[in-house]
Amino acid sequence: MTSVSTPPSVLLPPPPTVPGPPRPRPSGLRKSPTGISGLDEVTGGGLPLGRPTLVCGPAGCGKTLLAMEFLVRGITEFGEPGVFVAFEETVDELVENVASMGFDLQQLQDDGLLVMDHIHLAPGDLEETGSWDLSGLFVRLGAAIDEVGAKRVVLDTIETLFGAFDSVATLRSELRRLFMWLKERGVTAVVTGERGDGSLTRYGIEEYVSDCVIVLDHRVSEQTSTRRLRVLKYRGSLHGTNEYPFLIGSRGVSVLPITSIGLQHAVSDERISTGIDSLDSMLGGEGLYRGSSVLISGTAGTGKSTMAAQFCAAACGRGERAVYFAFEESAAQIVRNMASVGIDLARWVDEGLLEFRCVRPSLLGLEAHLASMMDLVSDFRPDVVVMDPVSDLMHSGVGDEVYEMLTRQVDYLKSAGVTAVFTSLNAVGDPESSEQLIGSLIDTWVMVKLEEGHGGRHRVIYILKSRGMAHSHETREFVVSESGLRVADVYRPGVRS
Amino acid sequence: MSSTDPGATEVAVTAGAVDEAETWHLRLYVAGESPKSLAAFANLKRLCAEHMEHSYEIEIVDLLQNPRLARGDEILAIPTLVRRLPSPMRKIIGDLSDTDRVLVGLQLRPRQVS
Repeated sequence: MTSVSTPPSVLLPPPPTVPGPPRPRPSGLRKSPTGISGLDEVTGGGLPLGRPTLVCGPAGCGKTLLAMEFLVRGITEFGEPGVFVAFEETVDELVENVASMGFDLQQLQDDGLLVMDHIHLAPGDLEETGSWDLSGLFVRLGAAIDEVGAKRVVLDTIETLFGAFDSVATLRSELRRLFMWLKERGVTAVVTGERGDGSLTRYGIEEYVSDCVIVLDHRVSEQTSTRRLRVLKYRGSLHGTNEYPFLIGSRGVSVLPITSIGLQHAVSDERISTGIDSLDSMLGGEGLYRGSSVLISGTAGTGKSTMAAQFCAAACGRGERAVYFAFEESAAQIVRNMASVGIDLARWVDEGLLEFRCVRPSLLGLEAHLASMMDLVSDFRPDVVVMDPVSDLMHSGVGDEVYEMLTRQVDYLKSAGVTAVFTSLNAVGDPESSEQLIGSLIDTWVMVKLEEGHGGRHRVIYILKSRGMAHSHETREFVVSESGLRVADVYRPGVRS
Repeated sequence: MSSTDPGATEVAVTAGAVDEAETWHLRLYVAGESPKSLAAFANLKRLCAEHMEHSYEIEIVDLLQNPRLARGDEILAIPTLVRRLPSPMRKIIGDLSDTDRVLVGLQLRPRQVS
């Protein structure tokens, strides 16, 4: 309080010197961010702070990995030390398993930020005589928490205890006590459980962990497997209720909620050539924006791949790097075919500027395609990425799933500043509708189609849209010859160009 | 627990013990002086006095005082009695009130086939 020269007014009561009790937070539950890409969006900010969360699902669904990443990111990104109690895998196995994702558990342990404890249980090992409790586990866990000042704890998979003890009633009441105790200690815990018959977990431990339940799954549909994540329950919080595809890549778990699509990537004013002068001139005279996404769509045999290859060659000619994802042809076949129209791709492959990744779309699930794409992009650091044809990927999933995946893909490439070229094959007679799915995501949409006339078929090209530039609205003839691609004059039916 | 220092090792040796190698080494893990821990210790002493034909020593480990020791013998349940010698190691959990099962667990009596 500052002294005032005027006499104190009787009308104004002195300001209170003792603050009243803090108001309860209107926002309710406080959360512990996981740092796992996408999961914090789905959960509205993370897992419930200071409470246990159950992560359950069938064998091999990624429970352990998700839990581990929660812990590692807690340490590396949020300064919260952690304890990992493994009931199944040994510490060495775990250290090895997650090393591929760049998590150095050994280092974290050496730095005193992580305690890993493997609890070995052999069924039938113990003779039970009279009453007991799990104080040993409590003591052990408490000591580990105190050792590093842990704020996060993972118990993976605590249900293993059911195989070791005969007295299920005692075990159940002890588990209940354990979760209460974890809450009292104020640690944010992740407890994993394996899916049981008709219940979330084999022994129904979801009964004790009632604050937040996350269900993981991996399902096979149309012969390809996709991992999914769903927040089944989150007491006191809004959360996404959908099933979200997630993937396990070389950088950990990544959940793909549609809402996490960041529209915040830096945009470039730089323009780059498509490698076809006359097409550049249709695109406001300067070509594409660097880092934009381009869709080239058309019916079979219209030269979509050729255009994409020309674009790659032009990029490599500028000394840039390009990755060509081919879903229908082998690299050798593409190189040969393009050579026949005067596009020399072999040279750029030899110089290490062009990389082919040829894979059948059905070989992998959508998430795996996305993961492998992300890995290659982050390793090879291309300036240009071609997906030929992206429509093949659309057949390897259904509806929203594909949309989400493509959105994520476009988003990822944009945030990496990569110019992306997608080709799309569409059915004759329905040239534009089949890409409505992806059309809204991309910046420049080039249509190529065949027109009949003059005793033959002519390729015509037009720009359906191109964000941020005064593009041409003309329909021009598009010529593929031995000496490359050329966009000719405005196409007029009945007039030879 | 008879001792006021629960971390102390108590040794009881039966009369006529000669061979060092035949001495049984029993370790009882407790957590403070809880009723279960006290009962287990009392039961163990009685049991050894009545049924043990070997020389033996009993060591009491209080995990509240020495939490790190829980890791060594993989102790989760309290009380846990560990027969460290002779090998193989045997573990018996609970307050040791069921004498028959303790004797079976310690392999002082063959498991009964019912």
